[in-house]
Amino acid sequence: MDPIGQLGHLLVDPLGRAFFLRALVAAILVGTVCAVVGTYVVLKGLAFIGDAVSHAAFPGIVVAFLLSGPYFLGAAVAAVGTALSIGFVSRRTQLRLDTAVGVVFAGTFALGIYLYSTIHGFVMDLMGLLFGNVLLISYGDLVGLVVLGLLVLAVIGVLWKELLYATFDPLGAAAAGLPVELLEYAFLAVVAVTIVVSLKAVGIILVVAMLVTPAATAQLLTVRFGRMMALAIVVGIVSAVVGLYVSLWADAASGATIVLVETALFLAAMALGPRTGLLSRLRREN
Amino acid sequence: MTNRESGPNGQADQSFKTSESSSVDVLLEDVSAGYGTRAALEDVHLEVPSGSLLAVVGPNGAGKSTLLKVMAGLLRPWSGRVEVLGEPPGRAAHRIAYVPQAEMVDWQFPVTVEDVVTMGRYPRLGWIKRPGALDRLAVADALELVGMAGHRRTQIGSLSGGQRRRVFLARALAAEPDLFLLDEPVTGVDATTQEDLMDILEGQAKRGRTVVATTHDLACAAQRFQRVAGVNRTVVAQGPASLILDPEVLAKIYGGHLLVVGGQTYLMDDAHHHDEAAAGERHFHAESESSGTHRGGKD
Repeated sequence: MDPIGQLGHLLVDPLGRAFFLRALVAAILVGTVCAVVGTYVVLKGLAFIGDAVSHAAFPGIVVAFLLSGPYFLGAAVAAVGTALSIGFVSRRTQLRLDTAVGVVFAGTFALGIYLYSTIHGFVMDLMGLLFGNVLLISYGDLVGLVVLGLLVLAVIGVLWKELLYATFDPLGAAAAGLPVELLEYAFLAVVAVTIVVSLKAVGIILVVAMLVTPAATAQLLTVRFGRMMALAIVVGIVSAVVGLYVSLWADAASGATIVLVETALFLAAMALGPRTGLLSRLRREN
Repeated sequence: MTNRESGPNGQADQSFKTSESSSVDVLLEDVSAGYGTRAALEDVHLEVPSGSLLAVVGPNGAGKSTLLKVMAGLLRPWSGRVEVLGEPPGRAAHRIAYVPQAEMVDWQFPVTVEDVVTMGRYPRLGWIKRPGALDRLAVADALELVGMAGHRRTQIGSLSGGQRRRVFLARALAAEPDLFLLDEPVTGVDATTQEDLMDILEGQAKRGRTVVATTHDLACAAQRFQRVAGVNRTVVAQGPASLILDPEVLAKIYGGHLLVVGGQTYLMDDAHHHDEAAAGERHFHAESESSGTHRGGKD
């Protein structure tokens, strides 16, 4: 058989299987939503908060399991609650933000592990929770994720310019009458829901990469906000699709493979980027 | 305590009730404000007449930026009465354009000159709506006025200091406000830019808009502004701009920073640094809610 035909088989054959199609839809959704929200996360410097909120989703998932409800509802309640309380604590107390995040982050994750350890028998896939396995996503979960993902995109679609102004110049925006504090809470809630959407794909530990890496890659390549978001979406989707195929061919963990593709694209942008790129710097020196 | 040049007290109180028809755009009565337990301003009395061009001068850490933040509704005063454009601070926000110090801005942020100026239109656009033809026109006009029309696609980080100030003034102009609150709009810019920016502000004042700007440049304040307010933890003097040519008034504002040699007065104010603003920034969200009643007061 010719090599092109063989590649065609490698690309097309998996599409015939329902589990792979479901995984592909979920991965593309996650790549898109994370890139859109991640653009603001990177510009606001909220990567650490994203990491904390994803860990906080863990106890919510365990509780949802104990009550036999859908995992993403439990995760959403826990993540949104944690995100809002981090925002509240940092605004209303003397603690530095990273201290507040550190306390919340470890505390909620410990609660999740504690609850998990009380479940007897091998009923929950801990590895899948921590590192994701999008190939095992069920139809019901996928529908839930699509709804939540579209909700996030709709909220950003409504608030994009106010969020942009408040991120760039919070004082100027507040003086001009934008509800900057309210926008901040709304955005934290959006970050939390985005993380919930991404959990099945990459798991609790690696969600922060989905949120930060595509946007960071895009920031190396452009100085315009709109293009940064568009490029981040491209990086997110390409990484999700390529990562999913590679994980299938190599029989490797899907979440980790997707994140590795993203990291590779980031390194490539760093090496080849127009402004900060190592190559352009070498060329300038000659 | 305060050196009030104009306007009897009774009239000021009167204007509080019938402010919409009065000619005072900003009114501060017995205002104290600060960050945490540290007072930055105490017992401030200040009146800014409509259509005036007011320079706020004073040494570093005197509370100039704090005064501007109180007017902008960004910092809730601990006590006293504040009225801006006939309303409590923050209520008339859509009629105010505030420009922060250049040091407060992330210049690497991925926005172009045009993006920044368009932000001036966002508050009047309302939710969901995208900038339309009218907004693009206002942005183009503002860019033309500040002489930056040729740089609309430039990322803000590659602009010079003077160009950056021009762009932020253009954002304020695009908002078409009744009140400009500008923190150090001509600091660190070349002479041409300073003249250009002052010409623009003068033009705005002539059209009945009110401009309040902090500055370290006393020559600029005396020559290009109509009115001046000298700040040193409170408003120690206010009146026509020529006021600050008076050595006695200068001594009141600058205290130990002033040196008188053979009839000549020299100001020993070091180049500005922004500890006050930076600290304020950090404390604002954490403190503004909880500090409603207690006052530092001792220093």
